[in-house]
Amino acid sequence: MSRRKTERLLNLVICLLATRRPLSAEHIRQAVPGYDADNDEAFQRMFERDKNELREIGIPIEVHKDPWEEDPGYRIVRSAYELPEITLEPDEAAVVGLAAQVWQRASLAEAASGALLKLRAGGVQTDEAHGVLGGALELRVDTQDPSFPALWEAVRDRRAVRFAYRAAASQNVLTRTVEPWGVVSRRGRWYMVGHDRDREAPRVFRLSRISGPVTTLGRPGSVVVPEDVDIKSMVVYSDAAVRERTALIRVRRDTCQGLRQVAKAVRPAGEGWDELDVDFTDPGRLAGWIVGFAADAEVVGPPDARDAVICRLKGVLA
Amino acid sequence: MSTADRLPRLLALVPYLMSHPGAQVPEVAKIFGLSEKQLIDDLQLVWMCGLPGHTPGDLIDVSWDGGEIVIDNAETIARPLRLGVDEASALLVALRLLAEMPEFGERDALARVIAKFERASGEGAAAVSSQVAVEVDAAPDALPVVNEALRRRRRLSLRYYVPGRDEITPREVDPMRLVVVDGRPYLSGWCYRAEAVRLFRLDRMLSVDVLDVPADPPADAVADEVTPGVFRPSPTDELVELELTAEGRWVAEYYPCERVTELGEGRVRVALRARDQGWLVRLALRLGDTGRVVSPVSLDESVRAAATAALNRYESVS
Repeated sequence: MSRRKTERLLNLVICLLATRRPLSAEHIRQAVPGYDADNDEAFQRMFERDKNELREIGIPIEVHKDPWEEDPGYRIVRSAYELPEITLEPDEAAVVGLAAQVWQRASLAEAASGALLKLRAGGVQTDEAHGVLGGALELRVDTQDPSFPALWEAVRDRRAVRFAYRAAASQNVLTRTVEPWGVVSRRGRWYMVGHDRDREAPRVFRLSRISGPVTTLGRPGSVVVPEDVDIKSMVVYSDAAVRERTALIRVRRDTCQGLRQVAKAVRPAGEGWDELDVDFTDPGRLAGWIVGFAADAEVVGPPDARDAVICRLKGVLA
Repeated sequence: MSTADRLPRLLALVPYLMSHPGAQVPEVAKIFGLSEKQLIDDLQLVWMCGLPGHTPGDLIDVSWDGGEIVIDNAETIARPLRLGVDEASALLVALRLLAEMPEFGERDALARVIAKFERASGEGAAAVSSQVAVEVDAAPDALPVVNEALRRRRRLSLRYYVPGRDEITPREVDPMRLVVVDGRPYLSGWCYRAEAVRLFRLDRMLSVDVLDVPADPPADAVADEVTPGVFRPSPTDELVELELTAEGRWVAEYYPCERVTELGEGRVRVALRARDQGWLVRLALRLGDTGRVVSPVSLDESVRAAATAALNRYESVS
């Protein structure tokens, strides 16, 4: 943005804030320096662009259309423009200071620091130095997935999105069209939940499996988020329906420390070996863990869990 | 800061100067992330702007004699612009994340701050911030203990599990900083066993006790940077190449890979570095027939030897 344009826009903001009654475009043209005095069309184009730019940075421009006036009038209503008075107690200032740093390495870093600047400009005391636990607590959320900014905007603007997606373990990349309901970070990974238009059902997508750009579809506000939806619980892998069973595992003494920690029971089982009872739900997942201990662990039963381990080991040698 | 951000910056700068009369050039430049020269350029621009009419009495009056900034005649834009949806949402999501950790005892302050910001930023931000969630890992039992040690500046005694080496070790640690990354808490502290600053995941502390000894980390010890996944290979670690089927692609999502080459039908070849040979063998065993080691050959041989030894256990019995 050129210096002249910044000046013009700042003068425009001041002009529209200072006026009580709405001003016509022609009036604004006279009052704000920098508008073309001769070419009407050039002025109109410039004024349109200026209004859009102000709206983009969040400035509410009110448009009045009086039935007895030919041209619309414009103004900025002070109460809609200004940051309301906020005062923070010291403990509140500390949590705000901490919160503003959460996104420091993420795509929302600019938004968070912009918020902090406005608060400070409004005379709000924030406290980044002492924070919580005397500054020894730091909270951070990372957003490394390239699709995050586009999805955040789609969620914010309530617009549908289309993107290329490779489902877990799938050989193909398919185009998906989704009405996003929200994004959730769980265990260091971002997920989007929403209504999948092709499958006509709610679905969860992992951002790391989105390839290429995300395009938005439809008008802002066109996505309706169901009121009773709980986006967090949609992302939780539910194995409540699967029955939990217990595996019997023989392990060499002084090995398999991680496995011993989760065992329900540990019994000596002859020279140099122990027997563990370990709960599991999915034999494949159990096998994936147990094979890592190689010859130090052996699943005795149940048979399907034992077979899963044998199959996995044969797979390595295949 | 790009020039496109200049207008929003000026609309925060003027109120800041109004609410901080006599502020110094260096201090203001720092807060706004500008060089002193850029700040003075901003002040010069502001000085050219003002109410329609633009007579000297209409223009904003600003001076910075001796580095002390005095501003006058800028009542129209004396308050900052209200928080935009992105700005307010970024803060609200972060505050809600903190509210999920009652261990820090900031519940009251958080509830008050969240209410204040929701009121100050309108419906949009409140709605968006409820659609973006960061889940906190089921708070490990260690959290209140570590919190107490930090608060009281006491040494901790832990039993710590390292899955990469399948090892449990006792440690004495002077806590320095608690960092919650993507909802997962880590302690950075001086480890007396390693005689260095180390990072500990709270969910891997099998037991943790506060000792009646004051924490006394060396004065020059610096709290560790937390990198996502705490998987920190060094550039000197050997580069390992794996070929993965579509079912094995999760490796590329979970671990930082230096190269990911698509091979078609969902197959990929990845190159990664790991500090620990044992961890690599475990990973390759776990992959079964969904991945194989391409290089180095010695690693492939170790994996096969481990699989053969493990398989012998099963075949000798059945």
